[in-house]
Amino acid sequence: VAKNYFQRREFSFTLRDDIYVRYQSFNSPQELEKEMQKMNPYKIDVGAVYSHRPSQRNTVHMGAFQAQEKELVFDIDMTDYDDVRRCCSSAEICSKCWTLMTIAIRIIDRALVEDFGVKHRLWVYSGRRGVHCWVCDDSIRKWSSALRSAAVEYLTLVKGGSESVKKVNLADSIHPFIRRSLLRFTDALADVKQVSADLLGCRGQVSSPPAVLMGVNGSPVRESLLREFPKKRDSVQRWELLKTKMDKHRASSKKACHTEWEIMLQYCFPRLDINVSRGVGHLLKSPFSVHPKTGRVSVPIDLQCLDQFDPFAVPTISGLCSELDAANEEDGEKENEAEPGAKRRTRDYKKTSLAPYVRVFEQFVEEMDKWRKGWSGGGSEL
Amino acid sequence: MLYSPNPPPLGRILHLYNSTSRKRSWGSSGQRFHLNTMEFSRERRLKARLAGDRRGDLYPHSLQFYLQPPTENISLAEFENFAIDRLKLLKLVENLGVSYVKGSEEYKSKLGHELRKLKFPYRVLAEDDYDARRKDHISHFILRLAYCQSEDLRRWFIQQEIDLFRYRFNELTDVLVQKFLKYVNLSYEAISEEVKEKLSVQLLNSTPGLSGAKVEELVFYKVPLPDAMDLFRVRRVYLLNGIAYVPHTDIIAIVLNNYRIKLSKALALTARSLPAVQSDERLQPLLNHLSHSYIGPDYSIQKNTGKISLELIDALSVKSFPLCMRQLHKALRDNHHLRHGGRIQYGLFLKGIGLTLEQALQFWKSEFIKGKVDADKFDKGYAYSIRHSYGKEGKRTDYTPFSCMKIILSNPPSQGDYHGCPFRHSDPELLKQKLQSYKIPPTGITQILELVKGMHYQLACQKYFQLTHDVDDIGFSLNHPNQYFAESQKLLSGGREVKKETSEPESSQQKLSNQKSTNSSSILTSSNTDADIELEGLDAYFTED
Repeated sequence: VAKNYFQRREFSFTLRDDIYVRYQSFNSPQELEKEMQKMNPYKIDVGAVYSHRPSQRNTVHMGAFQAQEKELVFDIDMTDYDDVRRCCSSAEICSKCWTLMTIAIRIIDRALVEDFGVKHRLWVYSGRRGVHCWVCDDSIRKWSSALRSAAVEYLTLVKGGSESVKKVNLADSIHPFIRRSLLRFTDALADVKQVSADLLGCRGQVSSPPAVLMGVNGSPVRESLLREFPKKRDSVQRWELLKTKMDKHRASSKKACHTEWEIMLQYCFPRLDINVSRGVGHLLKSPFSVHPKTGRVSVPIDLQCLDQFDPFAVPTISGLCSELDAANEEDGEKENEAEPGAKRRTRDYKKTSLAPYVRVFEQFVEEMDKWRKGWSGGGSEL
Repeated sequence: MLYSPNPPPLGRILHLYNSTSRKRSWGSSGQRFHLNTMEFSRERRLKARLAGDRRGDLYPHSLQFYLQPPTENISLAEFENFAIDRLKLLKLVENLGVSYVKGSEEYKSKLGHELRKLKFPYRVLAEDDYDARRKDHISHFILRLAYCQSEDLRRWFIQQEIDLFRYRFNELTDVLVQKFLKYVNLSYEAISEEVKEKLSVQLLNSTPGLSGAKVEELVFYKVPLPDAMDLFRVRRVYLLNGIAYVPHTDIIAIVLNNYRIKLSKALALTARSLPAVQSDERLQPLLNHLSHSYIGPDYSIQKNTGKISLELIDALSVKSFPLCMRQLHKALRDNHHLRHGGRIQYGLFLKGIGLTLEQALQFWKSEFIKGKVDADKFDKGYAYSIRHSYGKEGKRTDYTPFSCMKIILSNPPSQGDYHGCPFRHSDPELLKQKLQSYKIPPTGITQILELVKGMHYQLACQKYFQLTHDVDDIGFSLNHPNQYFAESQKLLSGGREVKKETSEPESSQQKLSNQKSTNSSSILTSSNTDADIELEGLDAYFTED
């Protein structure tokens, strides 16, 4: 690690009444800790590593102060799925729509590892309606913003704003990235069908065709679909109908056509917020900070048990406080308080429900450490 | 005279690129010095010719990445001529790119014709191509000085230079391509037949337009991700484990990507040394003139500031806003909210048509508080960025309204967004419905959709202008939403002649192409003949030596 790497890292605090304090930097983690205790921020963000210490940015020539590197970050936000979910909207989530998030994580994570060759990435629940991914590989931390947006574009299939209805268009030959993503998908397909009862326009106005079919204009099966859809009562049946029609169509025609997959992908494919990933200097909420609106702790997600992850079950600030109180009471009976503060604190979190999440984080850091030592030890990696 | 009659040997100025020589030892004897310089360079060239191949060392290839700045002394007259010629060339590149499919036969023959006419390197070099290569080299560096000054200028310059480079690279023979790649250090390891066989299905599926047989015969290279950015961005290449597998036919993308990065870094560096150039009172107006007359005004300074009243905006949005802004305005009124991209695009446009900061704050606030945002939240969350865009916060940059190119090329809209270019970013079906609802006649809609299909978004918008203003020839070439607005207002208030005068006899081909090449850039604030005046003015300016 380069010298004074930590000192050149930006931290930002959000204080009461949305007061932002940007460009803070610290000499040591201890100093950061002290400042946090003093300022008591509502929210803590992590920014880039700059050419100079951010706290001293005013002492250097304006153009010289530059963001040099940062983890490549991805932000997936349930709000961006508002046009396809009916269970919740904006900041709300439920276990139904969370399935979409699980799918998104699986697809992006696979691509990061297999396509981009990423070794170190940490997935973190944001505390409310989204997840963040921190990609920490040395070479990628140095990527320019152009490269970062190129990566997001590679990973993005759902394109277009409010002025387009059909937002996924597949080329005749399907790129391996999409093909592999589809494989991930079919595993989760049963869930998806369950989740989006609305998937093919079932809920509500049964008679009207789902909006997305409007985008199927060019598709040869459109007419017959419009006729037969209203007869099918639930989305699973409608999906089967669509699929059968497409299969039949493909058998009789030479031209490639992927309408049913385009529709499926539009509903379920990950939607990344490019603005968060693009800027090297963009701030992102620190793992383990408390979400100011929900009180939930932003915790790392263990991909091994992604399916079991429940955003509603993560520790909350008030929960942690009472856990600590309870634990301390117990301790007080058994031990004398002769221990030094620091040591005591490290042990304290272990008594709470936060412990397993900290463990996930530690494993991640250990893994990175091991990798780096392998490098400096002269092992030539390819 | 706008600049002093003491022209320095311009090599000194070009030397700014090598930050080592900042000496200022201009000649003291005016014209004579100048003549001397001319003679000197002629003599030197002659010598070089006699000395045999030294010139060849300087420019071993017809194509280069322009890594080394020129260091010779040149006369002011040559400096100016080179600059004008390269601008003409880049203008043509821009115009051809809008009117033809890049790389089509017509595009290539027109561009080739211009290269020959202006004596830039054309095709595979005749033996004695030194003068053309030298002109190419020096003129590129002169324009860097003129086009490094703002983000918009840099974007324009890079775009045209990249297109020019692409054309020239594609004209190279296979042998020359290999030579060039070696020269610029872009040789990559080819994959073995074995690996290729193993990956053949993936390679086939990830590279559109390839047949199985083609995959077999093509060489594929292993390229690190950052070099293959332009290919993986659009998913045109196979990625495995952080390596892009690039077919030989796509190597051009790697070269362009590399060139683009180098050029954009170099422009940023040049911008830093610019203060030194600008302190020279002869060059500074010259360079400014160069950049401004060709890219057109940036609409940052508005004569109309404060002359638009907020009550007028609804009516104006129907009559005089381009479709992109009309769409944003409607979305704002409907939803009482716009997301970030929309606020920036629309906000700067409004600033450009003359809204003051106070008006802007009032305009956005009154709309936002009808929705989910209360006054307090608006003041905290949104007012800052509005003041910021007027240069009153943060870096205090006074932001300029977005040009069509910026809107079309950068930051495409996503979920919940209404910004972007409707011709570029809408489903054709929706666009059609929208145009119908705006009472555009069916034949007009068909024409617009044809243009959209051919990716001529600005021409489509021009057509939309014609149809909504009921004119046959709009007499300008559209490249800025604020230009659209200004032209519309001019037309509606009767301040502009509608029909373009085509009566002047166009005697020579030259004149014609000149006119064509100026038309689209100069966005004229007063009359439709400004384009011509603009160019004449520039020429006159330069030859007044």
